[in-house]
Amino acid sequence: MHSLGIDVLFKGTNMIRLLKGLWVSVEISLVSVVISIVLGLVVGVLMTSQNRGIKAVLRLYLETVRIMPQMVLLFIVYFGSTRVFGLNISAELSALIVFVFWGTAEMGDLVRGSIKSIARIQYESAYALGLNKFQVHYYIIFPQTLRRLIPLSINLVTRMIKTTSLVMMIGIVEVLKVAQQIIEANRRSSPNAAFGVFAVVFLLYFVVCWPVSRLAASLEKRWA
Amino acid sequence: MKKDLLTRATGVFTAATLIAGVVTGCGSTAGASSVEAKTDSAPASSEVYRTLDEIKESGTINIGVFSDKSPFGYVDENGEYAGYDVFFAERIGQDLGVKINYVSTEAANRIEYLQTGKVDIILANFTVTEERAQEVDFALPYMNVALGVVSPSDAVIESLDNVGADDEIIVISGTTAETYLEKNYPDIKLQKYDAYAEAKTAIENGNAAGWANDNTEVIAFAIENEGFTVGVPSLGDSDTIAPAVTKGNETLLTWLNDEIKAIGEENFFHADYEATLLDTYGADYEDTLVVEGGKVQ
Repeated sequence: MHSLGIDVLFKGTNMIRLLKGLWVSVEISLVSVVISIVLGLVVGVLMTSQNRGIKAVLRLYLETVRIMPQMVLLFIVYFGSTRVFGLNISAELSALIVFVFWGTAEMGDLVRGSIKSIARIQYESAYALGLNKFQVHYYIIFPQTLRRLIPLSINLVTRMIKTTSLVMMIGIVEVLKVAQQIIEANRRSSPNAAFGVFAVVFLLYFVVCWPVSRLAASLEKRWA
Repeated sequence: MKKDLLTRATGVFTAATLIAGVVTGCGSTAGASSVEAKTDSAPASSEVYRTLDEIKESGTINIGVFSDKSPFGYVDENGEYAGYDVFFAERIGQDLGVKINYVSTEAANRIEYLQTGKVDIILANFTVTEERAQEVDFALPYMNVALGVVSPSDAVIESLDNVGADDEIIVISGTTAETYLEKNYPDIKLQKYDAYAEAKTAIENGNAAGWANDNTEVIAFAIENEGFTVGVPSLGDSDTIAPAVTKGNETLLTWLNDEIKAIGEENFFHADYEATLLDTYGADYEDTLVVEGGKVQ
């Protein structure tokens, strides 16, 4: 065990390529997470609606997202849209569409759950104090919902970051793909490279996901 | 006002969801309803590929290659595509006078890329099979693949007819080698392993008389491990590897076939082998693996 194969990362521009790949993953997940959170808040509120039509449509949407593997969604948007409609959506945009489509549904459901978890009595007490509908939601319900939402949404966000590894299936070269390229290109000269390179990839994912959970922890504390 | 916004947002969102639903609905049943869908968008799907002139005019050709299958298609330490397939792709770009946009493909999405016209040519170690030929158009081949048998140098197996009654041959479960031996040499005892690494350890430890696998694999093994010789370099039905284009793209297919024949005159693929595969497979197998000018020996 003289070498873990990390040295292959210092050949040529390998390390820079790996970091560029990481940026591709981060960019896709960051943009889609931000859009998903905003849309998810709206969808979540709509999910608590009493209107049966809205409820049914959103239910269908959520179930569709739940049963469809993200990989299938990627293929449908990237290849399917060309096949069926003759549309040519770039791979990056396809990835964004799929991640937002997925993130919004799951975020919406988390928002719905958080709102529903707030006891009926809180509304009633607030109304009894003479607050109007807007005040009840803005001062009483919304802050509590947000607090309950944080740990739940962090799970979703880190999951979205890690799932970006699937975009290699539609030709986007992200961090994991670069890692595979580096390992394969050095298969003969350093057969052990897989261990070292994947260890570094693990660290890189950690470096991305850890601040997210730290941020969540500090927000939770501040709003507690 | 607030309610108004809410209803409007609902409307927009409902529409979006419905569209999304339709997209996913169509997509998920694409296999079954593609005929129906095609009649709807006939102009779009009939010209899904780009003709030779369109490619030349645009100045760029999209070629799908592997980016992590050394030594056929990979990315070197400077971020440049390289390998046997890429060497040929570079020549195509040069002779067409266009720039090349390499698209990193996976084994599972090569056909999809061609059928949607997202690449013009696939040059990703694409083995010609009947099933695939119904989905895409293959040009003339530029490489051979077959089975091979590697054995210890002190007891080389040169023909499977000479395998002793007590000798066992290693195969990896689920490979073409397994099926081939079971069908054509039912008397030979097989030692089956699930993974490449296990089979490798077994042959290294002398557990069997030989190991049958894809010839590229056994040749590379014999070169990397001293004391082993490939006695049978080419066994069974030889398959070929060829470039593929979108079904019906006649102009590009014809050009590719002419190109392969033309550069065969200068022994291009032998030069390709010497530049990219020699380190892995050695000089002895050049003629076994290379197909020159599209003519299989």
